[in-house]
Amino acid sequence: MSETTRSEFVLTRLIKAAGYSSILFIGLIFFFLLREGAPALVEIPLGSLVAARWYPIEGFFGLLPLIGGSIVVTIGATFVAVPLGLLTAIYIAEVAPRPARELLKPLVELLAGLPSVMLGFLGVVALAPYLRKLLDLPTGLAAFTGSLLLGGIAIPTVVSVAEDALDAVPRTYREAAKALGATKWQIIWRVTLPAARSGVLTAVMLGIGRVIGETMAVMMVTGNAPVVPTGLAALFRPIRTMTATIAAEMGEVAEGSVHYHALFLIGILLFLISLGINLLAASVVFRQRTRAERVLS
Amino acid sequence: MALNAQRRRITQQVGFGVLLLAALLTVLPIALIVGLILWRGAPAISLEFLTAAPRDGMKAGGILPAIVGTFWLTLGTAVVVVPFGVGAAVYLSEYAPESRWTRLIRIAIINLAGVPSVVYGLFGLGLFVLFLRFGTSILAGSLTLAIMTLPVIISTAEEALRAVPQSFRVVSISLGGTQWQTIRRVVLPQAVPGILTGVILGLERAAGETAPILFTAAAFFLPRLPGSPFDATMALPYHLFVISTQVPGMPIQLQYGTAAVLLGFVLVMNLLATVVRSRARARRQW
Repeated sequence: MSETTRSEFVLTRLIKAAGYSSILFIGLIFFFLLREGAPALVEIPLGSLVAARWYPIEGFFGLLPLIGGSIVVTIGATFVAVPLGLLTAIYIAEVAPRPARELLKPLVELLAGLPSVMLGFLGVVALAPYLRKLLDLPTGLAAFTGSLLLGGIAIPTVVSVAEDALDAVPRTYREAAKALGATKWQIIWRVTLPAARSGVLTAVMLGIGRVIGETMAVMMVTGNAPVVPTGLAALFRPIRTMTATIAAEMGEVAEGSVHYHALFLIGILLFLISLGINLLAASVVFRQRTRAERVLS
Repeated sequence: MALNAQRRRITQQVGFGVLLLAALLTVLPIALIVGLILWRGAPAISLEFLTAAPRDGMKAGGILPAIVGTFWLTLGTAVVVVPFGVGAAVYLSEYAPESRWTRLIRIAIINLAGVPSVVYGLFGLGLFVLFLRFGTSILAGSLTLAIMTLPVIISTAEEALRAVPQSFRVVSISLGGTQWQTIRRVVLPQAVPGILTGVILGLERAAGETAPILFTAAAFFLPRLPGSPFDATMALPYHLFVISTQVPGMPIQLQYGTAAVLLGFVLVMNLLATVVRSRARARRQW
């Protein structure tokens, strides 16, 4: 074997290994979460986990307030990010004149790059005091503030995925509708959007996934009170999400303690939620693709 | 008929108005955020702020250790993630067969991209800090950030590689080039700008992350500069978190100043990516 073919052989192997590394990393993440988090299931009886009180210092590890907090903030953020994100995507992909598009796309990309801790900082010093005065609340650090911020953070995800989906709709669909006398508006609603619906659904799901996993901004502005949210009024009270709990408490626990294991258990829960959302999103895209291939062949 | 057409035109105009409004509602806050931070942060930025360590319980002095820490963390991330990410992208774009395993790789990448940043922090704590005994260190933080950034680099690099026309490869192979020579001499050089853009945007995200370094690298207050990869370090985003929520009575100007430095970094990276992209587009011959 000559020198070049041997080095080529080695390089090809290395590249293949790099290709497979993603599977390894997902496996490693799950393994280490389980290793540190599974003991919590033995140490804490299941009945205590499904309880309304999270107060680790006295041994209360009820996860319901944290799960509830995450759900409230996520629903709120979805109401911000989905309509704004989808409409913006439609505007950019279908309506905007070229200069407007060239201005909008980099700005949305910039938002995607803004560190969440910076948005959290602005939430603390600007948004929360403003909302407190505007809505006459005892504190601006509430689920509502978190929802607004997280909605903003999820918008770039929704916009870029939805825009890709709209762009992927074949030109011929639009031209056929136009030839039949449809207006641009009718084409968007009756042809382009329905044709892109699986991609739009993916955009919504990935946006929700982004919100559930967001940590710093939500920890800084939601007031960090582990209370089970009840009713609509909970939106204007402090809450505590799963992610914020890990970030706020992991620094102060002893390695190997029950509290430490419980925080990793929350991590397992978050990992499984994001796994579920992403597999669902991937399967929607995949199903749509096979259907399209069947129709077009 | 004419009435109907008029109604359709009005519907369309109102509809387009709503779309434009939504786009403005999305974009205006971004401009507002950038403007506010630069405007309120600029007065805090001085030579001392950028080149001195914090003093008086961080209420005075500069943020140099945080800037240096973020620099090392980002560099460490780049050193790990670029070879892995580009390697994986080359595999997926040039070698991978349409098989069950390849689909599994893609699913793994999608899921890596979706794992919450704080969960990466837990993973880094479990594997790098405790199991491999790196301790709370730049090394552990960089490795954690690298795995978090990996999916971004892989997908942008693969896209750049796939954009290189098939005919380039065909010509190279027909001239007697091996597959590796084709990739090394023809495909990769053409894809460099696209890959670079992805790397810059990926590193920008990594540099701004706080949650993954909370338990793997970050130190609350450490006025000296890190001396080795095994040292813990201050970092810009974590420092902003600390001074805006953990230290009571922190001068607001210092908080805005720190945010402005972080924002400046993000803006420069963004600009860099835009320049690389547009220059490549202007020069491209296909």
